[in-house]
Amino acid sequence: MTARVFNEMHADDAGVRSHYLPYARWLESTSAARIAEKRTEADALFHRAGITFAVAGAEGGTERLIPFDIVPRIIPVDEWAMLQRGLRQRVSALNAFIHDVYHGQDILRAGKIPADQVFCNGQYRPEMQGVDVPMDVYAHIAGIDLVRAGAGEYYVLEDNLRVPSGVSYMLENRKAMMRLFPELFARYPVAPVEHYPDLLLETLRSVAPAGVRDPTVVLLTAGAYNSAYFEHAFLAQQMGIELVEGQDLYVEDESIYMRTTQGPSRVDVIYRRIDDDFLDPLAFRPDSLLGVPGLLAAARAGRVAIANAVGTGVADDKSTYPYVPDMIRFYLGEEPILSNVPTWILRRPEDCAYVLAHLDELVVKEVHGAGGYGMLIGPRASREEIEQFRARIVADPSRYIAQPTLALSACPTFVESGLAPRHIDLRPFVLSGRDIVMVPGGLTRVALREGSLVVNSSQGGGTKDTWVLER
Amino acid sequence: MLSRTADHLYWMARYTERAENLARMMDVNYRMSLLRQDEEGVRQRWSTMLTIVGQYDSYAAARGAVSQSAAIEWIAWSRDNPGSIHECLRRARENAHAVRGTLTTETWETLNATWLEVQRFGPTHRPDQDLSSFFEWVKFRSHLARGVIQGTMLRNEALKFTWLGTYLERADNTARILDAKFEPMGSAATDWDAAGDYYEWSALLRSVSAFQIYRRVYSDRITPRRVAELLILRDAMPRSLLRCLTQVRDTLEVVANEQSGETERRAGEIHASLLYGRIDDVLEVGIHAWLLQFLDRIADLGQRIAQDFLVPATTH
Repeated sequence: MTARVFNEMHADDAGVRSHYLPYARWLESTSAARIAEKRTEADALFHRAGITFAVAGAEGGTERLIPFDIVPRIIPVDEWAMLQRGLRQRVSALNAFIHDVYHGQDILRAGKIPADQVFCNGQYRPEMQGVDVPMDVYAHIAGIDLVRAGAGEYYVLEDNLRVPSGVSYMLENRKAMMRLFPELFARYPVAPVEHYPDLLLETLRSVAPAGVRDPTVVLLTAGAYNSAYFEHAFLAQQMGIELVEGQDLYVEDESIYMRTTQGPSRVDVIYRRIDDDFLDPLAFRPDSLLGVPGLLAAARAGRVAIANAVGTGVADDKSTYPYVPDMIRFYLGEEPILSNVPTWILRRPEDCAYVLAHLDELVVKEVHGAGGYGMLIGPRASREEIEQFRARIVADPSRYIAQPTLALSACPTFVESGLAPRHIDLRPFVLSGRDIVMVPGGLTRVALREGSLVVNSSQGGGTKDTWVLER
Repeated sequence: MLSRTADHLYWMARYTERAENLARMMDVNYRMSLLRQDEEGVRQRWSTMLTIVGQYDSYAAARGAVSQSAAIEWIAWSRDNPGSIHECLRRARENAHAVRGTLTTETWETLNATWLEVQRFGPTHRPDQDLSSFFEWVKFRSHLARGVIQGTMLRNEALKFTWLGTYLERADNTARILDAKFEPMGSAATDWDAAGDYYEWSALLRSVSAFQIYRRVYSDRITPRRVAELLILRDAMPRSLLRCLTQVRDTLEVVANEQSGETERRAGEIHASLLYGRIDDVLEVGIHAWLLQFLDRIADLGQRIAQDFLVPATTH
């Protein structure tokens, strides 16, 4: 892969790309003062609405705004059509894989994936072996991270199948943009995303236990100090469902009830936004105060549906990622529409040897890491950092994978010095219930520091509105 | 609705109302201090207020001797005082934050903005001319919060528990405001119908937005008996004890559950004693003693509401 960076707005030779032309003209005709005013207004908008995330580790729940950039990321209609087909395909294969893992394990017997890769994975939940879940769907909400490399080709960087977050920013960004720049929406046929909460509720209701006619759905949060609390509250409100904490729920006769002012009330579907580990102190971490004792048993008995299901982590681990194209071929008999980033699996001795010899060129990731922590970006690391990382790899190679340094595409972004290209990625949200559905768009994250490839909000990333064009 | 949600809404409303009433009480004290320059009198006034809001001991331990500026700092802005206006607004906002999904966006944004803005004021920013505007601002934000709740929230249990918190807190606060004035007067030897110090009584009335109402209702000079009657027994007076208890009783009737019978009965009993009570009987008992008893009954009601609805001890 070349180090050339694909610019979303400007082609190298042909000037502004056609789908960015109306925007470029608007930008040209708009004074710097007005832009500055709008940026201030955007900040005030997000601040007043309390659209914040809590910084992990900060005592007492420090709340910070995620920087919002007013230049939209625009995706032409045919590009989105391809992405949508690819996402649908990928998520069906992932759900088929999880179902297979917890049932017949055909793919392991066929030798496509090493069995110990699955069974020795910390995210594999033996408690789910043989348990049937409604519609055979495990990952009801999937956040698939996409990036574009040098020639503009898309790659899947990561599948987030446990509790992916960020969708509230997608919705709030759109709301802010429509309020700040109504004139732009007159110039662009931007596909709406506002119905996401509707689709989500429909998806959650469709996976209620059999025989429940009018299912009660709740959203389970870790509470107001969780980093994604804003999103939990936002989604619960938008769907009109109760936002519950573990202490609000209890189990009786393998059914789930919530404590209400009018006594116990039955719960059928739990959209949980806490990890497996904390879900049920009887089944997982006994010290967890966030969960509900007996919840897993209730789910196993089919009395309550948990979304995403327990045990989906086995498929979104970075060590499983390299096998997803094989899953697509195995379960669907199709060629993958979306490519994986070429990946070296360090548990393979030959891959490990290669990676150790090329540390200064590669990105090395911890397989269980998340949020941009625990990774080495070779070309940007000091000699010392590389040597430290080398020692960690040698000590336990199976904890790591490596990928070439991708030149993530860049999109013009307002920074202190004015408009400048910054690297971006894209996280569309795919919903699986009775059907697989998604809204046209996703969350575009942007690395605000010059040259930085880390888009995570916990590490100084910002967001942009994502416009999928309708024609 | 979830018991925990009800609990947060109830306390969100109580802290909002409490902040407003603290501002009302302080505004009166502050205005009176501008009128009367007598230093000992001013100090006495702030000591009384600290006692009445239950903060005297914590103040004395943290700040020592009472002075006007230290008392204002303590009650309005101190982060060390869990009962300060600053802390009330913080807690109101924290409770709202915990249930922001249940609130309308406008309601949440109002409480959040109040919290963000209160930090503009503070010990480093309080020239004397700003004090009244600060108290006005707190009152205004509370009016705004109530208006937004009234104007945007769904007519359901969430709203009921919000009002329950508002009126229970207001009953408590009005009783304390009255006590601050009547307690020093003693009981037996007072002439309840004598025109008292006009400025004192009109300040008290103004602190609960009752000055014009008094004029309209009585069209006569201000006497202690009528002030007591207006603020305790008049159902039409929005901050009177009877009005608050009417709201509390009516709300409890709507949200009633299987175990709340006794709580409803007690609220009804207090309500009936106000509805059918006569001011002469109150004055005979001694208004200070009567108010203390009333505050105890309100506290008891608060505990019973918590136990029946907000943090149920058992669930089945």
